[in-house]
Amino acid sequence: MSADFLYGIEVVINGLMAGVMYALVALGFVLIFKASGIFNYAQGVMALFAALTLVGVMEGQVPFSHLINAVFGTEIHHFGWTVPAFAAILVTLGVMIFFAWAVHTFVFRHLVGQEPIILFMATIGLAYFLEGVGDLMWGSDIKTLAVGLPQGGSLFVEDLTAGLGGDDFYGFFIDKLDMVATLVAIVLVAALIGFAQYTKQGRAMRAVADDHQAALSVGISLNYIWVLVWSLAGLVALVAGVMWGAKSGVQFSLSLIALKALPVLMLGGFTSIPGAIVGGLIIGVGEKLFEYMIGPMIGGATENWFAYVLALIFLVFRPQGLFGEKIIERV
Amino acid sequence: MKDTVDSYVTDDGRTIGGVMMDMRGITLRFGGVEAIKDISFDIREGEIRAIIGPNGAGKSSMLNVISGFYHPQEGEVWFRGEKRPPMKPYQVARQGIARTFQNIALFEGMSVLDNIMTGRLTHMKSGMLAQALWMGKAEREETENREAVERIIDFLEIQAIRKTPVSRLPYGLKKRVELARALAAEPKLLLLDEPMAGMNVEEKEDMSRYILDVNDEFGTTVALIEHDMGVVMDISDRVVVMDYGRKIGDGTPSEVRNNQDVIDAYLGVAHD
Repeated sequence: MSADFLYGIEVVINGLMAGVMYALVALGFVLIFKASGIFNYAQGVMALFAALTLVGVMEGQVPFSHLINAVFGTEIHHFGWTVPAFAAILVTLGVMIFFAWAVHTFVFRHLVGQEPIILFMATIGLAYFLEGVGDLMWGSDIKTLAVGLPQGGSLFVEDLTAGLGGDDFYGFFIDKLDMVATLVAIVLVAALIGFAQYTKQGRAMRAVADDHQAALSVGISLNYIWVLVWSLAGLVALVAGVMWGAKSGVQFSLSLIALKALPVLMLGGFTSIPGAIVGGLIIGVGEKLFEYMIGPMIGGATENWFAYVLALIFLVFRPQGLFGEKIIERV
Repeated sequence: MKDTVDSYVTDDGRTIGGVMMDMRGITLRFGGVEAIKDISFDIREGEIRAIIGPNGAGKSSMLNVISGFYHPQEGEVWFRGEKRPPMKPYQVARQGIARTFQNIALFEGMSVLDNIMTGRLTHMKSGMLAQALWMGKAEREETENREAVERIIDFLEIQAIRKTPVSRLPYGLKKRVELARALAAEPKLLLLDEPMAGMNVEEKEDMSRYILDVNDEFGTTVALIEHDMGVVMDISDRVVVMDYGRKIGDGTPSEVRNNQDVIDAYLGVAHD
């Protein structure tokens, strides 16, 4: 095997893992869109907010400390304790579930039956509101997320594959964090699919996604299911926030990963969980390979736009995405 | 005889009990349009009660009032001796009232079996955590519910299509699956909105037989809307006739058939 070919394989593997990270964000979109027809622009901010909350709880930061200090003239910033990662994740999950309940109760319950564009606008408002709350609660400085996830390249894989293509090949460089993220994503997706397929709540969730009227007639409370779905999206946001936060630090630009999920959804379809995964992988691999093979010829930095061009091509030839339901309007 | 609250035995040997559902002075308006005008009638335990009338008479609206999809501006709904507060449809379903829809509302993306299993949701009690972790009680419950569903699948003779996605089924079978889903809830009261609409003669006969069997074997009270007069007169114990939102007749099929208002509504009145 030539070294070039092996480098190509390395690029594909890294692309797949980057794709998993995109898929994690896209998954949250799909859950909410399927069950309620809401395109949740705030999904990226939810991931940011979850990561901020996790760091804040772990470090024993006092929420709204700047606000409290400004109003009462105090000087408190920390409780003076630290919380172990596991407990902090549970607390954050609780916060995300509370957020899910609040979003549904105060916003979307009053917008049931409205035009999709109105629901979409509401999520844009929600995104900026949540970003502001995150800032106010935890401050706007960049934080490191140290939940004990491994960092850096895997020496094990590097040693194992060194010399495959001759002496000038030093082995695959695979990021350990990416490997963990892939594992976590596989577990998460398996758990979500298992939940949807085999539990009472999962069955009710699929029922609501399919037909509201029929769901009501078999005794399903739509409000309950919508809170459940937003909670699951919050869980997905937490996982995505942890992974992205560990990779590039918890900073406010994290909310922009939502924009990376858009082309993934256009490829995979807005209503399909497998679609979100496959779409994420295609975009991850596609943009890495394109950069590796075509990039040098056209001056590089193709990763910034490749996904969107691919999505545009899909919009023209297959607007429902790879796995999306075909839209047929009866006349 | 049938105006008394006491139970009585029909000619074919079924026992009809006291009043189960009592609609008192129901008026339903949509904006300025009165879909239902001050209608009262009751449904008794164990009977097959039909609501008939020309198109636009307000029959479906009445069924939607019973199942909680519409809320009347005036009137009271009494169920099993208690006045019912305004309820959401899912709360009505949990009280033991199941229904089918005129235009079939099935979960198109799910298999027949999954669709019917959703009918069991009101019977599942174990909590979300137990469900998610699939622990003892939840597993037992799932098995019990599967058995109940299998009995209904046998009863309605749809074994062959258990695993088929609903979207691939022909119309007649969809209607039957929808009935199966409603039956899976083991309802006290079963509401059927035009269960035979769009069916051929053979399918209508099958459906009539199923409705009679459900009523006979499970003792389920049935209220149905139907256009096919022959079928209605054959299978129902009592019939309410509606026209332009008003009740114009109420009684046994033979009483209704000889009611002049009913004849006029169906055949038109000669204006001379």
